Amino acid sequence: MASSEAVSGAARRPRGIGSFLRSQMRNIAPFLTLIFLSLFFAFASPSFATLDNLGNILTQVSVTGVIAVGLTFVILCAEIDLSIASIANVTGIAVAYFTVQESYVNIANIPLPGAAAILLSLLLCATLGFVNALGLTVIGIPSFIMTLAMMQIAAGISALLVRGQIAYKVPDLIATLGSGSIGGIPWIVIVAAVMLLAGHLVLTYTRFGRYVYMVGGNREAAEYSGLNVKLILGVVMVISAVCSGIGGMLGVAHFGSAQQNEFDTYLLDSIAAVVVGGTSLFGGRGGIGNTIVGLFVLGVLNNGLDHVNIDSFLKILIRGLILLAALIINVYAQRLREKAAE
Amino acid sequence: MPQGRSPILELQGITKSFGGVEALRGVDFALYAGEIHGLVGENGAGKSTLMKIIAGVHPEFSGRFLVEGKETRFRSARDAHAAGIAMVHQELSVAPDLTVAENVFLGNQPTSRLGLVQWRRMAREAGEQLARFGIDVDPMSRLGDLPIGLQQLIEIARVLFSGARIVILDEPTSALSPPEVERLFATLRRLRDEGTGIVFISHFIEDILRVSDTVTVFRNGRKVAETPASTTTKGALIEAMIGRGGEALEHSYTDDLMLPAANGGPVVLKVDQLSLARSLQDVSFEARSGEVLGIYGFMGCGQQELSRILFGKLKPDSGALIVDGSQKSFASTAAARRAGVALVPESRRAMLFHQEPVYKNISISILDRISAMLLKPAQERDIAQRQVEQLQIRPPVVGLDLGMLSGGNQQKVALAKWLTYPPRLLVLCEPTRGMDVGAKNDVINIVRDLRAKGLAIIVLSTEPETVLSLADRILVLKRGAVVREFKNEPVSKDRLLEAA
Repeated sequence: MASSEAVSGAARRPRGIGSFLRSQMRNIAPFLTLIFLSLFFAFASPSFATLDNLGNILTQVSVTGVIAVGLTFVILCAEIDLSIASIANVTGIAVAYFTVQESYVNIANIPLPGAAAILLSLLLCATLGFVNALGLTVIGIPSFIMTLAMMQIAAGISALLVRGQIAYKVPDLIATLGSGSIGGIPWIVIVAAVMLLAGHLVLTYTRFGRYVYMVGGNREAAEYSGLNVKLILGVVMVISAVCSGIGGMLGVAHFGSAQQNEFDTYLLDSIAAVVVGGTSLFGGRGGIGNTIVGLFVLGVLNNGLDHVNIDSFLKILIRGLILLAALIINVYAQRLREKAAE
Repeated sequence: MPQGRSPILELQGITKSFGGVEALRGVDFALYAGEIHGLVGENGAGKSTLMKIIAGVHPEFSGRFLVEGKETRFRSARDAHAAGIAMVHQELSVAPDLTVAENVFLGNQPTSRLGLVQWRRMAREAGEQLARFGIDVDPMSRLGDLPIGLQQLIEIARVLFSGARIVILDEPTSALSPPEVERLFATLRRLRDEGTGIVFISHFIEDILRVSDTVTVFRNGRKVAETPASTTTKGALIEAMIGRGGEALEHSYTDDLMLPAANGGPVVLKVDQLSLARSLQDVSFEARSGEVLGIYGFMGCGQQELSRILFGKLKPDSGALIVDGSQKSFASTAAARRAGVALVPESRRAMLFHQEPVYKNISISILDRISAMLLKPAQERDIAQRQVEQLQIRPPVVGLDLGMLSGGNQQKVALAKWLTYPPRLLVLCEPTRGMDVGAKNDVINIVRDLRAKGLAIIVLSTEPETVLSLADRILVLKRGAVVREFKNEPVSKDRLLEAA
């Protein structure tokens, strides 16, 4: 797909087609999976391959897509962020908390103008990301543990804000972007596409993007090249939290309510999208292009399984197996590349 | 060479290429039992590749491979190991967090009938084995706490005593002190007399000549000479290696060398009373513009820590760093880089990105000078191309993944990273370690050029030759303290070794 490596390296490398395919396996395999799944569901169900359903799939993956943009940065750095879903949840709740609710909603909230509500919510998620960054870089807590703690902290803040209640109103701008549409295209799909594109441009064409790849590729070498590795990691954790926060606000508008534990499934979905797409868990390889393919694989799978009328409990198992297959390919592709580069 | 016997290992017409670059072209090689076979050649000549084929690390190649006359194909290092072939790789491969004994018995710990590890027996036997090798350490101490030279000896000991019939040693002496080398050679000779076939790769040609029975020379992926060690000379081997008259190429530095009178430009770096727990004690010195300061000492003398402090990777416990007159306390390597300090560490792995193309490796340290926000790949490639040409990096293709280059060329890339916008102070750790004569001379010339441009350069090395070939002034570091300074006076390998 459109990862930077495919663009810059492929054409100039004087190698056989076989070793080229091998080195590109992490990009090719997810794409083949996507085509295979699409064809399968298209034959299995007449209602799958329709324009309407494509719209459904796009809408269904949008919130995951927004969150996955930031997570792609994190995983490219060979780190992980387990707090994305919780941060999405607390940011969504915060934006409702700062909005006037209907009288029957029993929450002691602080109504503010829409713009202030949005800014404060963004500030909240950025702050949580900053705390992640401090823990990871200054104190030196591994990201897995640090963000595990943040997952609880963000869930705790969510609980304190809504106290078991449900809020419904969000600022108009958020409501429009989350649930409105323009010319038949849902705004949420447009926002997700714009954010994915922005993420891709940053990773591929900016200095910061290059640093992200280099830090992920060999952190020690990045440090010995005089890069401020801690700063780069810190910024990446903040980016991840802010993307999650935006996803959370849009999600709340999309679902029509803000409540506790609303985003729980998005943690696994986002990680799965990034990894299934072929971004290396060891860092330094992959990109937004891979994440987009991963999003579609998950989207097609979830949506398609609904169309073929399958046991909904079996659905969970199938998703797990697909994820396992993707992980195997991910590790295998890394090994092939290392061999090719030796 | 033993006549009339058949070799225990024979390779015929071996060809191997990496992504279109041919590393070996139709090489024949034979090893006999009870023979030490020396291998020499420039970096990238194909020695290591051939040995990795023998050790099963590279299973894909063309040509015939015979063990004791039988055609064989190893699919992995495991297969080779099972066939009695063991290899000590150039880069240390030990488990630093395990004990010495566990490292010696890695993979075949003695167990009781219940499958439990017999710790006491393991410790005793490990201690005995190491003692035979002249190493006296507590077998239950953590390996990572020992000096690097000792770790390397223990790794070699493990391989030598693993019962292998064929042992391959790739640059085993580079981190060893002279007495340690002697011990290694004595052990090798004993194993040879017991019938082991040994392949010995080294850039130290004196070592090769002293210990080998047969010497094979590689050049550009071909075998260019094979001769009994007793009938050849250093000069002849060097000539075969580089294919041009090599007489004056390598100094042995046994005679006195006169260090120049102080040709000091302004002081660029002043180090004052630097201390770091267990590594450095009150180290003070100055580095001047247009001067190469050599810092010599045995492995573990504190050089590594000193270089890391200069580049902001380690923080000293006390003492001051003054760069260009202002006191610095580097919060990160990035801060050190901005202050004009550059470091090339001793390990290439530590500063290069093997899966990225050469040009990205070269541009990474100077990206902020090339672009504010957006990347300018064309400019990056131009800059890299200039460096590649200037340093004669082979192959001169900036789009090639770094991992495809040979070790010596990778080392040049590590240097090239800092040369487009020269720093004020360049710190080089072991700049020529593991390099052949030609590449060494290239590096020496590059360093002299940089000195002429007014850089302050610090060369840290555990090899006296490296320091002697480069430095204008030499400090000797011993157990973390500066014990001797050589300046404007005669110096030789002997004098350095004596001071350390």
